[in-house]
Amino acid sequence: MTTTQSIITILVVVLGTMLTRFLPFLIFPEGKTPPRYITYLGTVLPYAAIGLLVVYCLKDAVAAPFHGLPEGIAIVCIILLHKWKHNTLLSIGAGTAIYMVLVQTCFR
Amino acid sequence: MKNKQVEIAAAPQAVPERVTETTPGAAPEVAPQAVPEMAAEVAPEGAPKAAPQNVKANAFKAALPHTLPICIGFLFLGMSYGFLMRSKGFSFIYPMLMSCFIFAGSMEFVTVNLLLSAFNPLYAFLLTLMVNARHLFYGISMLSRYKNTGKKKLYLIFGMCDESFTINYTVPPPPGVDAGWFMFFVTLLNQIYWVCGATLGALLGYVLHFDTTGIEFVMTALFVVMFMQQWEEDASHHRAALTGLGCSLLCLLLFGSGNFILPAMALIILCFTLERKKVGEEAAE
Repeated sequence: MTTTQSIITILVVVLGTMLTRFLPFLIFPEGKTPPRYITYLGTVLPYAAIGLLVVYCLKDAVAAPFHGLPEGIAIVCIILLHKWKHNTLLSIGAGTAIYMVLVQTCFR
Repeated sequence: MKNKQVEIAAAPQAVPERVTETTPGAAPEVAPQAVPEMAAEVAPEGAPKAAPQNVKANAFKAALPHTLPICIGFLFLGMSYGFLMRSKGFSFIYPMLMSCFIFAGSMEFVTVNLLLSAFNPLYAFLLTLMVNARHLFYGISMLSRYKNTGKKKLYLIFGMCDESFTINYTVPPPPGVDAGWFMFFVTLLNQIYWVCGATLGALLGYVLHFDTTGIEFVMTALFVVMFMQQWEEDASHHRAALTGLGCSLLCLLLFGSGNFILPAMALIILCFTLERKKVGEEAAE
């Protein structure tokens, strides 16, 4: 990707983000209630989006040399650690560290 | 960054708990409409002759304690984001400006991936809408709260990440404190933490040299943890979460890793629309 293409991509992401933030204020001015369908999507999409993002992160793992094994091990560790300690930063930090050790040692 | 969410994403459901700890008298489940009215009544009476500087200083002092728990999370996540970008060869300018202007944690992590793959602005745009769809919901909840905040309203909407939304939605400004400026400083302080974290992380990337192979897993870890938090938050969200996971997996199998995102998004929205119709028809019967 060239620098210009990078800048365009970033601007598009900025535009998309701002659209989701400003849209309710632009289309539902004072006193107007938003359509039920929109509020419904607003309540369910966030949960689905995280599921999509998890799959998005792992999309290339299965085709990789170890077929997602290091990713799987690290994710199991994150789940157990998070169930145990319920500490967001600890789970993210330790999970990343475990994965880095795995791919730098056993799964080179 | 949220979500985020971090969006932002740091600890969506942990935030209100910590917030209520610091405000023992405040009920977290206040009716949304009650607060601005209350604040609007109190503000002019409470500080009728106060100079504008005092209004801002009071609002700043009231806002700061609520943002401190966010500070730690944002510095940590922001630094890992900045460090990740630097380790992928980007100048610190990138994370600095991206955290300034995108200011949605999850999406910034995703953008690193977008920048490393083939140029496809439409795909980037639609993915952004999907990932940030939750902001629509935040905006709808804040319609009345952001009313009468003057020019600050533009910034309040611009900076409405998961954490700022959570605080501004759940914490009523203390009596005598201007609601607009209170929410302004909550939003501003959170953004300062995030931008500082991202920039600092990238700068650290110039100094610290070690094998960073696998560091991109921080994004996977973030989303796995966010998924778990949402899962444990409320059983009524399980269906939506599984719809997202299931549709995405199905489309990944069908279309392959390069092309699955757009069909997955379409399938998710289709599933929700059909389900809603079914629920609506059952209710009508």
